[in-house]
Amino acid sequence: MFSYYVKLAVASIRRTPVLSGLMVLALGLGIGAFMTTFTVYYLMSGDPIPHKSSVLYAVQLDNWDPNDPPTESASDVQPQLTYRDGQNLMNADTPATLQAQMYATNAVVVPEGDEPPFDEGIRATYQAFFEMFDVPFLYGQPWESSDDEDHANVAVIGREMNDRLFNGENSVGRSIRLDDNFFKITGVIDDWQPMPRFYHSDWSRAFADTEQIFIPFARALDEPMGPSGNTNCWKPWDESLPVMEAFKQSECVWTQFWAQLDTPEQAASYKDYLDNYVRDQKEIGRFERPLNTFISNVPEWMEVNNVVRNDNRVLVRLSFLFLLVCVLNTVGLLLAKFLGKSGEVALRRAMGASRGAVFSQNLVEVGMIGVLGGIAGTGLAWLGLKAVESLYRGYQHLVQLDPLMLTSAIGLATLSAILAGLYPVWRVSRLAPAGLLKTQ
Amino acid sequence: MLKMSNISKVYRTELVETHALRELDVHIEEGEFVAVTGPSGSGKTTFLNIAGLLESTSSGTYLLDGEDVSQLNDRQRSQIRNQKVGFIFQSFNLIPDLNLADNVDVPLRYRGWSGVERRRAVGDMLDLVGLGSRQNYLPSQLSGGQQQRVAIARALAGKPRFLLADEPTGNLDSEMAGVVMKLLESINEEGTTIVMVTHDPDLARRARRNIHILDGRASDVVAAISPNVTSLQSREAARV
Repeated sequence: MFSYYVKLAVASIRRTPVLSGLMVLALGLGIGAFMTTFTVYYLMSGDPIPHKSSVLYAVQLDNWDPNDPPTESASDVQPQLTYRDGQNLMNADTPATLQAQMYATNAVVVPEGDEPPFDEGIRATYQAFFEMFDVPFLYGQPWESSDDEDHANVAVIGREMNDRLFNGENSVGRSIRLDDNFFKITGVIDDWQPMPRFYHSDWSRAFADTEQIFIPFARALDEPMGPSGNTNCWKPWDESLPVMEAFKQSECVWTQFWAQLDTPEQAASYKDYLDNYVRDQKEIGRFERPLNTFISNVPEWMEVNNVVRNDNRVLVRLSFLFLLVCVLNTVGLLLAKFLGKSGEVALRRAMGASRGAVFSQNLVEVGMIGVLGGIAGTGLAWLGLKAVESLYRGYQHLVQLDPLMLTSAIGLATLSAILAGLYPVWRVSRLAPAGLLKTQ
Repeated sequence: MLKMSNISKVYRTELVETHALRELDVHIEEGEFVAVTGPSGSGKTTFLNIAGLLESTSSGTYLLDGEDVSQLNDRQRSQIRNQKVGFIFQSFNLIPDLNLADNVDVPLRYRGWSGVERRRAVGDMLDLVGLGSRQNYLPSQLSGGQQQRVAIARALAGKPRFLLADEPTGNLDSEMAGVVMKLLESINEEGTTIVMVTHDPDLARRARRNIHILDGRASDVVAAISPNVTSLQSREAARV
């Protein structure tokens, strides 16, 4: 009977194109608005590295102004480390399996051909970055760990950069010119865009592109390439030192620090290590605030950085309410539509259709309207996401409807339509046929 | 075939109680062609709806084919309606956006027949009413008489034993009414029991027996053509 009901539903929708169109539009608008906000929320709150997110930890040390309000949670502590704390940890024999200090900088890329030079963001980091974050390689591999110690002129570039500079050919062994220096390419990263970009996820950067150029941390500072990300200071620099040296020795925080800690015991040991490190630093006059060290795995780190902001949650709730309003409107329209064909229902009842058969037949029609509403809603959600993309910088990676979201949109629309249709369908199936047959 | 005893039907609202049928006793034998007459509002259609299981009774007993159908649930009543009863209405009640074949197919869909069986039955019935070559026409492309013939084909497609016709010629001119009546008579001759509500005394006379309903009571009994059919039992007639 299902195929028969589908055939009848198509005929019924064709018979009342305006009313059916209004229902599809109402559902489509509700679904479109909800899916737009929910997609943004879903992608924002997704796990960017699910297979390792529980063992990767961001490190925080509370080196801040002792006169500031007391620290109550990781969110009250600066999300970045000073250069020298990061270096001390990198050079120490810590319990971590892997650890990497990093910062964002930029340089002018000078292409080999006629293309004009252009400014490009760069991530200065350690070889461990690539292994720790399971960065996929298209060609070649990361530089050697000895290259970190040797301040070597080596680089890893992203696929987009490789396409742009080398037409997508294997560029391993070739060089890329950054400002006035040539860096030998050791590897080309395949498409890699963790969402959110957890390794540097203060709120303005959590949805930014991954960098297309990576060079050794020490080599970047030799240049020197200054930080292009947030830099926060609470204490004046030592003006007797050269600027870069003073900056490196200052209490300014501008580097990110991550450690891979494979077991809870290892994480506990690492935390103890950090506590002891801070106690040592206190003895030489630093870290004047109470002892506050934090390690946060990736999901915790997203919370600490408030990556999914309350605005987004409110928007999702509001759009859900809007969807409910659309569903309620659809209830009214469905009621009008089904009561309008009460004569046909009465006839079918006279011909032997039970209430259950009438209910099923009309529910299939409702489901079909839901599917159409879902398709319309998906289109509107796509437009909505395009609008988000054009309005908000850094959201370009959120503007995507993956198969799961597409299926969800259509499923949600169908479910909404069926929920909206339950009362009208029940009502029409309960109509007394006798009184309607005379008047048809 | 059909035996109603002490059937009453009361419609109630908050303010009004309307007695559509009052202690009605009717007995119709298999193969009869019965005309039900009476003025507007007398209860003819209510009687027909109860006979066709479209409405339940307020009290009394209704036996159809020897089975008490008064207390059946909706699914059981629908099943009996589908298998044993055919309906013909004054206004044809064809579904406008289904072609003739699909209209005739409607009761068969609820019968659970296979596609082959349904197609054969639809073709046979449309041939019977002389519209076999117009299976793909829409009802709006036919005259009133042709539409009623399609409605008859639909009513007969499932081979019901009991045909209920509510003013089947009410919307037709006399010529078309004659054609439809001839068709009903030939169907009756094939063995189908027919109960026809009509206002038209000429048509009523063509039935084998008349039941006259007045104020919800079967108040008159006329053995029209076949004197052997005398099984209508009406206490109400005696009272009147």
